Amino acid sequence: MNQPLTLTAAQKAGPKLTAVALGIALVVLLAMPLLHLLPAEHALHVSAYTLTLVGKILCYAIVALALDLVWGYAGLLSLGHGLFFALGGYAMGMYLMRQSAGDGLPAFMSFLAWNELPWYWYGTSSFLWAMCLVVLVPGVLAFVFGFFAFRSRIKGVYFSIMTQALTFAGMLLFFRNETGFGGNNGFTDFKTILGFSISAPATRATLFLATVALLVGSLLLGWRLARSKFGRVLTALRDAENRLMFCGYDPRGYKLFIWTLSAVLCGLAGALYVPQVGIINPSEMAPTQSIEAAVWVALGGRGTLIGPLLGAGIVNGMKSWFTVAFPEYWLFALGALFIVVTLYLPKGVIGLIKRRGE
Amino acid sequence: MKTVPCSAVIDGFDPTGGGLTRDAIGLGRVAEKGLDVRHGTILSLEDINVSFDGFKALTDLSLYIGVGELRCIIGPNGAGKTTMMDVITGKTRPTSGSAWFGETLDLTRMSEVDIAQAGIGRKFQKPTVFEALSVFENLELAQKTDKSVWASLRAKLNGEQKDRIDEVLETIRLGQSRHRPAGLLSHGQKQFLEIGMLLMQSPQLLLLDEPVAGMTDAETEFTAELFKSLARKHSLMVVEHDMGFVETIADHVTVLHQGQVLAEGSLQQVQADERVIEVYLGR
Repeated sequence: MNQPLTLTAAQKAGPKLTAVALGIALVVLLAMPLLHLLPAEHALHVSAYTLTLVGKILCYAIVALALDLVWGYAGLLSLGHGLFFALGGYAMGMYLMRQSAGDGLPAFMSFLAWNELPWYWYGTSSFLWAMCLVVLVPGVLAFVFGFFAFRSRIKGVYFSIMTQALTFAGMLLFFRNETGFGGNNGFTDFKTILGFSISAPATRATLFLATVALLVGSLLLGWRLARSKFGRVLTALRDAENRLMFCGYDPRGYKLFIWTLSAVLCGLAGALYVPQVGIINPSEMAPTQSIEAAVWVALGGRGTLIGPLLGAGIVNGMKSWFTVAFPEYWLFALGALFIVVTLYLPKGVIGLIKRRGE
Repeated sequence: MKTVPCSAVIDGFDPTGGGLTRDAIGLGRVAEKGLDVRHGTILSLEDINVSFDGFKALTDLSLYIGVGELRCIIGPNGAGKTTMMDVITGKTRPTSGSAWFGETLDLTRMSEVDIAQAGIGRKFQKPTVFEALSVFENLELAQKTDKSVWASLRAKLNGEQKDRIDEVLETIRLGQSRHRPAGLLSHGQKQFLEIGMLLMQSPQLLLLDEPVAGMTDAETEFTAELFKSLARKHSLMVVEHDMGFVETIADHVTVLHQGQVLAEGSLQQVQADERVIEVYLGR
């Protein structure tokens, strides 16, 4: 906990090396959607499967980055970030369902023999309003939860357990058909977004590019915050909250700001995830999803911003490969990975790279 | 009570005057704007009671600190020294009694953050610094400035602020280690850094809980010099077990025992007090 992590470890490993690696990664990510537009028989064609898979991992990487901001810097371990991700996804899903339903009701409502939309569905046929919901719903929920939690000075493991309970409660709520979000099937069978076919190569490529843009934007924002006095106050908060209070800082505002920002980033990631993957259901709010996000961050290296992105990529890449090659062994591999990280890589992959560099 | 000539007489300060009456001990009325110290008293604790689950940590404790005074608090373990500091800094609320900072600020109604911003700085018993940050950054965070979220998001150090940090680095002799992470400092250096952080806050009253614990003799000597130079500009309240150190710095000593003031006066006076010898010093 007390390691000097203020500057990103990657920067210490060598700014040039980091810049080159990031540059290559960015070029590859920008090339992928363009290569997807090539005819299918072309040698360099990137399949829809690959593009969707990488797009999905990028969305998870944004969640990892958001979690790193609250856990790695402010020391607040959230085990409920899946909730904010899913809420952003559901808000986008509402719009997509309205698009495919046209003037009628979304299909699952007809199944339930409902005659009219519940009040919270009003306005969701507008893309702009749906985008507002993507930001507002996770943001307001996080703000209200954070306001009370930080005011009551809930921290450490108690805070983690409460966030876990929150996402579990969310999952149970969304499982109910009466909640009006499609019960355990959630939303699927989307057709168009802003009038464009959702499965058209150009749409996929655009969504992918938007995800890359959000990821880059989040990373730059994270960097700016980490290097500002605000970031240093967060680090101070993590290591010695009492000292900080006796220096005259009110920790509540700082926690609330970064906590809400993190939730909004998750919501945006969820909103980009849903049209790419084509489905959103309450299992995204399952406690295990949020715990897995914490594994990404720990594997990559807390408080490094770049590390969690690597962690999300490594774990999800391995998951995709394992679930195809040896489906029954994936959970063992995940468990083994977690043990190895805890025992041998306390500072994550970034810590390992840094040590090699020295 | 026998009167003994005091070795640490400060001009214009009568050590026999005692701190039990309100207007007796002020060394001056120079305090920063905003804090009303009309009577020369910067801190007044009156009839403070604190109990934890029936255990009385402080019983009818009354204590006054004058502007610019350097007061030492001694007493055996469990005498209530740390609890008293907790009351002053808002960490613990007294069951009854009043605590005033200057003439107008009621400490029992203010939050810890408000109290810190009003000008009371506190050093913990165990040196507490921000270990992941550099020495310079530690001082930067402690600096007296707007400490809201928005201000921190846009904060940039100006030349004057940098000079102030350099000045404090010089004072606490950590100029060479300015870019070192504070976690890598020695125990004594951390103590100095924490004192430096207090100075950056420009508080009017400094509460120091065992500041020389774990310091070498040379460091202790230096700390004594530092504190003496701080008194008058600031008011200091020092809790310390090291009698040699207390003897070097204190104008005035208060002995706490079982949550009450047992004796007050110069060190020699209290050392000669039968009751003090009984509970604490002589043994």
